[in-house]
Amino acid sequence: MHFAEPLALQSGASIRAYALSYETYGTLNADRSNAVLVCHALNASHHVAGVYEGQPRSEGWWDNMIGPGKPLDTDRFFVIGVNNLGSCFGSTGPMHTNPDTGQVYGADFPVVTVEDWVNAQARLLDALGIQTLAAVMGGSLGGMQALSWTLQYPERVRHAVVIASAPNLTAENIAFNEVARRAIVTDPDFHGGHFYQHSVIPQRGLRIARMIGHITYLSDDVMNEKFGRELREAVVGSATGYRYSTQDVEFQIESYLRYQGDKFSEYFDANTYLLITRALDYFDPARAFNGNLSQALARATCKFLLVSFSTDWRFSPKRSREIVRALLDNQRNLSYAEIDAPHGHDAFLLDDARYLGVVRSYFESVSKELA
Amino acid sequence: MSDPHTMAAIAALVPQGSRVLDLGCGDGALLAHLQAHRGCTGYGVEIADANVLACVQRGVNVIQLNLDEGLALFEDASFDVVLQIDTLQHLRNAETMLRETARVGRTGVVAFPNFAHWPNRLSVLRGRMPVTKRLPYQWYDTPNIRVGTFKDFEVLAAKNGLRVLEAFGLQEGQAVRTLPNLRAGTAVFHFERA
Repeated sequence: MHFAEPLALQSGASIRAYALSYETYGTLNADRSNAVLVCHALNASHHVAGVYEGQPRSEGWWDNMIGPGKPLDTDRFFVIGVNNLGSCFGSTGPMHTNPDTGQVYGADFPVVTVEDWVNAQARLLDALGIQTLAAVMGGSLGGMQALSWTLQYPERVRHAVVIASAPNLTAENIAFNEVARRAIVTDPDFHGGHFYQHSVIPQRGLRIARMIGHITYLSDDVMNEKFGRELREAVVGSATGYRYSTQDVEFQIESYLRYQGDKFSEYFDANTYLLITRALDYFDPARAFNGNLSQALARATCKFLLVSFSTDWRFSPKRSREIVRALLDNQRNLSYAEIDAPHGHDAFLLDDARYLGVVRSYFESVSKELA
Repeated sequence: MSDPHTMAAIAALVPQGSRVLDLGCGDGALLAHLQAHRGCTGYGVEIADANVLACVQRGVNVIQLNLDEGLALFEDASFDVVLQIDTLQHLRNAETMLRETARVGRTGVVAFPNFAHWPNRLSVLRGRMPVTKRLPYQWYDTPNIRVGTFKDFEVLAAKNGLRVLEAFGLQEGQAVRTLPNLRAGTAVFHFERA
């Protein structure tokens, strides 16, 4: 959907003549009360569920969660997935032309924040004729958007489902983001963010960014269980099986990370990676309240479901509990499930009967309120 | 403990419209009852996944938390009533949690199996740990790691500076006010910080 009207950004800049890609699933009911907005995290898109016709393996990134008869049941709810500004899956981003200059944005794409994304999403809802959301939902960075919705547009949200998220990033989180950004920025093919004109892609940087990111999405346990110290192919006749090389891919985990990095660098935009990790760094609703999250969340009036995963060290249960505590201080309605799952941060995208069961039950109660 | 008489007896201790924290809330039946019949609001705390799910299904606010880790999430006197119904006997840090209950709640209600109920005494007199409807486990697999009596709790409450507002026994869903330590399978204490 195209938006001609400029959108004022938190930085003071603004963006005009931009487009947002979105998908919808299910049917909006007569009183327009059953809409659920699903917010995406770093590397995902508006394609949250279902498959594209004639395209095998094109399942949406949250297809196990969203669809007919699934925990977020599209037979009951009208689900909206939207690609955020600055991303690289169809919405206006750094690879597009800046209408003010006629040049590709590249590094000049304005820095966007979680709050900016939420404002852009709100405009999309306006255009779709949806005043109030039955729920806003997201995991990780998507959870931050869901939380921000409850603060920016409290009157437009009845429920927020915030999964594996945090009220802000820790220094360690920012540190990981910075390593990823340095990998991209120092790639000779990056050209200060204007690589499009040079018809190159800083794939080396993207690969490394993805590799480090991927390590933080898994848990030590699951990595050991999946890969352990296993070698890709042991050298026959050698006592250790090692090649005694320094640059060959010898361990399975190396092979896996390189594969993930290669795959990612084929489809993801380098400037988008920088923008989205920066949005993560900046998100901190308590900042305007001297770090007092309870005061910051006083504006939120909706009901909440929060979920965290025991082995998630990127956005640990402790971080979710900070949100829980702040909501308790404000006497808000909330439920909080801490799922004992081995998969680290990735768990929020995986099948876990307890996790999916809680979300399903929560949406069933949301659905009952509609009737 | 979820029979209607017992639930009604506990609910009678909770004033209309109270903000309630139910520690070890199980499947949320009591909270749902308090919401529906006494206009209460609040939260349950549970550790078991199945119970958390049951609470969400009922539409009861639930927070998944291990009570052995304490109640750091909750502010002083942030609830009118904090309930510990059949919870105390499962807690490693039972005394700390009793103090925490009194800190977080303006009043507290604790109910637990009374080990001095006469059939239990009889059983021990015969040389065996009791196995009854109220205490259905064998000694080697019981989840009731704190075994105490009505009288024991009076001592513990006094030690922790709690003022007992009301104390009675429950037997077959009926309040027992005469010789509760002997005649009741369940001890109930309603208290506040002195």
